[in-house]
Amino acid sequence: MLCKRVIPCLDVDGGRVKKGVRFKELRDAGDPVLVAAAYDAQGADEICFLDITASSDGRNTMLDVVRATAERVFLPLTVGGGVRSVEDVRALLLAGADKAGINTAAVADPDLVRRAADAFGNQAIVVAVDARREPGSDPLRWEVYTHGGRRPTGIDAVAWCERMAKNGAGEILLTSMDRDGTRDGFDLELTRAVADRVPVPVIASGGVGNLEHLYQGIVDGHADAVLAASIFHFGESTVGQAHDYLRARGVAVRDKVE
Amino acid sequence: MSTARIAVADLGSGNLRSVAKALTAVGAEVVVSADADVVARADKLVVPGQGAFGACAAELDRGGGALRQAVLDFIAAGRPFFGICIGMQLLFGSSEENPEAPGLGILPGRVRRFADRPGLKIPHMGWNRTARGPAAGAGVADGAFFYFVHSYYPDPARAEDVALTTDYGAPFCAAVARDNVFGTQFHPEKSQAAGLSLLRRFASA
Repeated sequence: MLCKRVIPCLDVDGGRVKKGVRFKELRDAGDPVLVAAAYDAQGADEICFLDITASSDGRNTMLDVVRATAERVFLPLTVGGGVRSVEDVRALLLAGADKAGINTAAVADPDLVRRAADAFGNQAIVVAVDARREPGSDPLRWEVYTHGGRRPTGIDAVAWCERMAKNGAGEILLTSMDRDGTRDGFDLELTRAVADRVPVPVIASGGVGNLEHLYQGIVDGHADAVLAASIFHFGESTVGQAHDYLRARGVAVRDKVE
Repeated sequence: MSTARIAVADLGSGNLRSVAKALTAVGAEVVVSADADVVARADKLVVPGQGAFGACAAELDRGGGALRQAVLDFIAAGRPFFGICIGMQLLFGSSEENPEAPGLGILPGRVRRFADRPGLKIPHMGWNRTARGPAAGAGVADGAFFYFVHSYYPDPARAEDVALTTDYGAPFCAAVARDNVFGTQFHPEKSQAAGLSLLRRFASA
């Protein structure tokens, strides 16, 4: 039986881990390679890097980070943030990423996803979608935002995810902008609305504050994978504890990695 | 540690670097090349593939087909071969993905697409538990978890060619083995200790 995946996500800015990762055992918790290796040791099912670097110099730094990570961490690695072209995808994959996440550029040029999937296979293309609830909508409706969640597009998030899957996205990384950073749990209605409609796997993101939230995302949200940042970064929980929690509640997860 | 010289055939696959790094990590001397002569001189051969079956088959035939012939000669000579994902699928004659594209035709059977059924996401993406099949051989663990990402799967005609099985909607073949040939649908280079263990077994055998 296919296991549900637990994915720690790191924001990387200019080659450094952005918000305070506090790992007692690490001598440099700002080094994304060391943090990725620590999550590898905890039994993470995948690792996700989100490049929030603004400058183009920083982009090459990110490729160095991906190369160094791929040399010591033998886990699937997704890298998103600032991916604008088929060439950007190619550079990330050649550096050792397994999947490239496309967000804003997919809205600007929906055909980019098709071209990238044709070139590298749909397994290598993740479309990242930042969605926000439309206040007062009934039935519930969510709108796609771009540029790090700052710019509204007027696009319906559920329909957009379906379209991206049709265009060749192998996976949808779905972030609730309402919940991101709140620690109140996933937007389960959003997660379920998308997961039930698209034929490809959906990663739920945004709002995890405890292990029960991971369980809810999978069981109530129907997510195939759950992504979290702060609960892992601040050492509140390890990925191994997340697996134990989910397994004890009957969710299929990978057994302990020795 | 083994000092076997392993050629990793460059079929333009995105996971090339990861495969080479994983083999290096288990002590192998690795050369990545699309050159038929380099393949011919290697002690062992790994063929990773990603993307589409037809595109990988076309890479074998690029520049007149010398690489395809070198791979066929390598296998016919009884030397150790390890195919990963589409590199494993190429062992068959063809795939439903691109029916006109010729594989290597080493193993009888076919490569099929997962049937569309409600609730079954395609691609099959993530970690799945495997069980030993008739061709598993010594040193292949039972119950190990490996990382999969694929929409097509191998369906060998001979049950005795199945090394590992797993389950996604229905049981399917996760790895094949016959004589000097081994191949996995999953990605050992992305499967942490379990994957490295399989690569180490290949590198040091």
